[in-house]
Amino acid sequence: MNPLRQYLDFYDANAELIAAHAAPVLNDRRPEARAALREATLPAKGAPGYDIQGIDTLFEPDYGINASRLSIAADTLEPFRCEVPNLSTWLGFQVNDSYIDGSMRQLPDGVMVGSLGDAAREFPDVVARHYARIAPLDDAQVALSTLLAQDGICIYVPRGVKLAKPVQIVNILSGNVPIMASRRLLIVIDDDAEAQLLLCDHTQSSAPAMLINEVVEVAVGARAALHIYDLEQSTPATRRVASLWARQAEGSSLHHGTVTLTNGITRNNLHVAACGNDTETRLLGLAIAKERQVVDNHTTLVHQGLRGRSNQLFKYFVGDEGRGSFIGRVKVAPGAAKVEAYQSNKNIVATATARVHSKPELEIYCDDVKCSHGSSTGQLDADAIFYMRQRGIPEAMARMMLVQAFLSDVTDAIDIPALATRLRQLTEQRLGNVKALCGDCKADCHNPINPKQ
Amino acid sequence: MTTDNNKPTPPDSAGIINDVTSSDYKWGFTTDIATDIIPVGLNEEVVRTISRLKGEPEWLLQFRLDAFKRWEKMTMPRWAHLEIPPIDFQAISYYAAPRQRKAPGSLDDIDPEMKRTFDRLGIPLEEQKALSGMAVDAVMDSVSVRTTYREKLAELGIIFCSISEAVKEYPDLVQRYLGKVVSSRDNFFAALNSAVFSDGSFVYIPKGVRCPMELSTYFRINASGTGQFERTLIVADDDSYVSYLEGCTAPMRDENQLHAAIVEIIAETRAEVKYSTVQNWYPGDKEGRGGVYNFVTKRGLCRGDHSKISWTQVETGSAITWKYPGCVLAGDGSIGEFYSVAVTNNHQQADTGTKMIHLGNNTRSTIVSKGISAGRSQNSYRGQVHVAAKARGCRNYTQCDSLLLGDSCGAHTFPYIDVHNDTAVVEHEATTSKINEDQIFYCNQRGIPTEDAIGLIVNGYAKEVMQKLPMEFAVEAQKLLQITLEGSIG
Repeated sequence: MNPLRQYLDFYDANAELIAAHAAPVLNDRRPEARAALREATLPAKGAPGYDIQGIDTLFEPDYGINASRLSIAADTLEPFRCEVPNLSTWLGFQVNDSYIDGSMRQLPDGVMVGSLGDAAREFPDVVARHYARIAPLDDAQVALSTLLAQDGICIYVPRGVKLAKPVQIVNILSGNVPIMASRRLLIVIDDDAEAQLLLCDHTQSSAPAMLINEVVEVAVGARAALHIYDLEQSTPATRRVASLWARQAEGSSLHHGTVTLTNGITRNNLHVAACGNDTETRLLGLAIAKERQVVDNHTTLVHQGLRGRSNQLFKYFVGDEGRGSFIGRVKVAPGAAKVEAYQSNKNIVATATARVHSKPELEIYCDDVKCSHGSSTGQLDADAIFYMRQRGIPEAMARMMLVQAFLSDVTDAIDIPALATRLRQLTEQRLGNVKALCGDCKADCHNPINPKQ
Repeated sequence: MTTDNNKPTPPDSAGIINDVTSSDYKWGFTTDIATDIIPVGLNEEVVRTISRLKGEPEWLLQFRLDAFKRWEKMTMPRWAHLEIPPIDFQAISYYAAPRQRKAPGSLDDIDPEMKRTFDRLGIPLEEQKALSGMAVDAVMDSVSVRTTYREKLAELGIIFCSISEAVKEYPDLVQRYLGKVVSSRDNFFAALNSAVFSDGSFVYIPKGVRCPMELSTYFRINASGTGQFERTLIVADDDSYVSYLEGCTAPMRDENQLHAAIVEIIAETRAEVKYSTVQNWYPGDKEGRGGVYNFVTKRGLCRGDHSKISWTQVETGSAITWKYPGCVLAGDGSIGEFYSVAVTNNHQQADTGTKMIHLGNNTRSTIVSKGISAGRSQNSYRGQVHVAAKARGCRNYTQCDSLLLGDSCGAHTFPYIDVHNDTAVVEHEATTSKINEDQIFYCNQRGIPTEDAIGLIVNGYAKEVMQKLPMEFAVEAQKLLQITLEGSIG
């Protein structure tokens, strides 16, 4: 049975309730989303781009949808027991799909970080021009999100404003029963503006399954710069289907990093359209998939303008029964000359039951380009381990050091130094099976070889 | 071609690029020869008719009928990066045979017109004139015309004949191996071929025998309104070696002709098979009219330990190419290789690559693919490397480069890498670019004209693959590469 059916039935029965608790601009797009879903199906395993994990099965369980916008309790302090030290941010929270303000009142004039509903009142043109316009409704996941979303977050940085410190949004998925949260994030960075954004995903739930259906829309104006770092530290019961749709104008820069340390099943789609000339795009990915984690990252980067530059680097460490998948496509449109696009995916398979699937793709319709991709899958260098053991380093420590060195290409490329340092610590803890939320635990984080858990 | 402002423009480079890819297909003549063709259309009765005309045993008829039933339930694969116009499978004749009074026991029995055709193509049917020392099975339309050197090869126990003859003379061998590597379940075109295959070549190399000469099959489509569905089966027994060459051409016609072939190779313990192809089916004219649709399933099974199968292909022809020669590396320590140069020009489309399936321990595979796109063509590499959970210590290296000559063509790379094992090392790298202007400038500085410089660079680019071809084919392939690209570099 088509798993979309239950959501369509739910919507048809509760359309008025959903609309009553949402901003008009969100309601305006629902009829089109409903029409788009009439014949749609969610991609199943084996569909193009869904080689190891379909998303249809993720939507199958009977999740609760909080259409009445009942308040759901969440501990907003818990994620900060391992906060990023030495990094001051403008902070906000999102519990399931409801925005909670942190320290955003001190933002510079004209900058908006708040709920989509508030943004629609304050900047109606900006929201109406971009909401559910950048992400296409012919994508079933986007259409479903547009059909059911009742709020979300909007980040708007007006022309020429350069934010002095990063904006941090802590997403908390909370509930004692299976819940689906339709998260929307709209980011509009006007011409010549600059912003950095940290997104942290956490789950506080004892429910057997929780689902995040997230759609992020990004418009980066001419000569603007946006850096987004998205860190997931959720639970094995969390299913996350997240897609980012970005448009880059002339001379703009977009850096995106996605880091998955703990999760259940995660599907991240990154769609970047480098529309203008002279764009710069960097997509980074780091994943540690152990136990039965599934991390499935999919990128589509389309160069439409002249002299675009892009670089993609995705690294996976996969152990136990983990599954890692990277599908990346670089497309250079006809006439997009002088493009330089590079893509690299490197993976370490640590156990006989782990699996890695890699599919880097180039689709080039213009001759005056330099494009390359590389993919390698292997193990830690036995000679290097032997060398270290000869010098008195225990094998477990030697392995840890080599994996850290392997992953450091990604963490070193993160251009917020305090975050890069913190991510190195977090990856080390993760590799040593020390939980990130370690405020109350007795683990000796400086000795990951023999953590006292 | 565009140039940097601070560099001198090579003399008339745009014109040269056009010149290099505008040459005509030189093998497009037709042969006026009486041909028996069955009516167009495909149904169970047609399958039975083909089997009856060929005097086949009951098991083979059943093999065909099973495949036909499967094909009826299948749909055309659409995942390739190809725009395939609708094909009316009921508008094709599935059997065409040059009319001969009797089976050609000697050269005198062959129609002189047909002999002239193969002479024009440079295919040695006369053994006394065949200086190349190459045994040839010549296949026109649906049937084998003549196989040379059969007796000499038979002295070593080598069987080299048309598959129709093999079915009659060595039924046990054919029945044991036919369809074991490429099943009719495999894909739409494999099922179609299994139902209607007309002829092809059969090779058996006995234990411990190293085949003293290159074996070769030359395929020629001649009749209009027909498709060609040949099937090749090569079995290399323990400790044997054979090098096999395949060439093909077709007349220039406005219609699109269908070619759906199967090649199956089985290499037993320590056996080695080297399979080389120079594919030069008619590619259509410069406006994209006509040309052969080439849908081929080629697969080798390295069944024995330490066996080796090597595919080398130079793909220059066909309007559409859909072809993925692969290796199933089942024996421990077995080796699979794939070397390919695929050239597309004008409106040609190619989606070609390989599959390396690692099932045995310590198996190794190497993939080197060089794509060259010109005109308005689209050229895709699609390759799969799969390492099974129980296959320990496997190794793969893939290199995949694309060269773009012209701003209206496309070059694409779609690798699939699946690793289910913690001892495998799999590497893939790919690059896409145009001809380096610095290299042309370097040659110009040393008095080498731009056209020659481009030829040098393209040949150098493809050299890694060309070196893998047997010498007899390497020269032909190199010439073909130059001719195919004539007028296109830009």
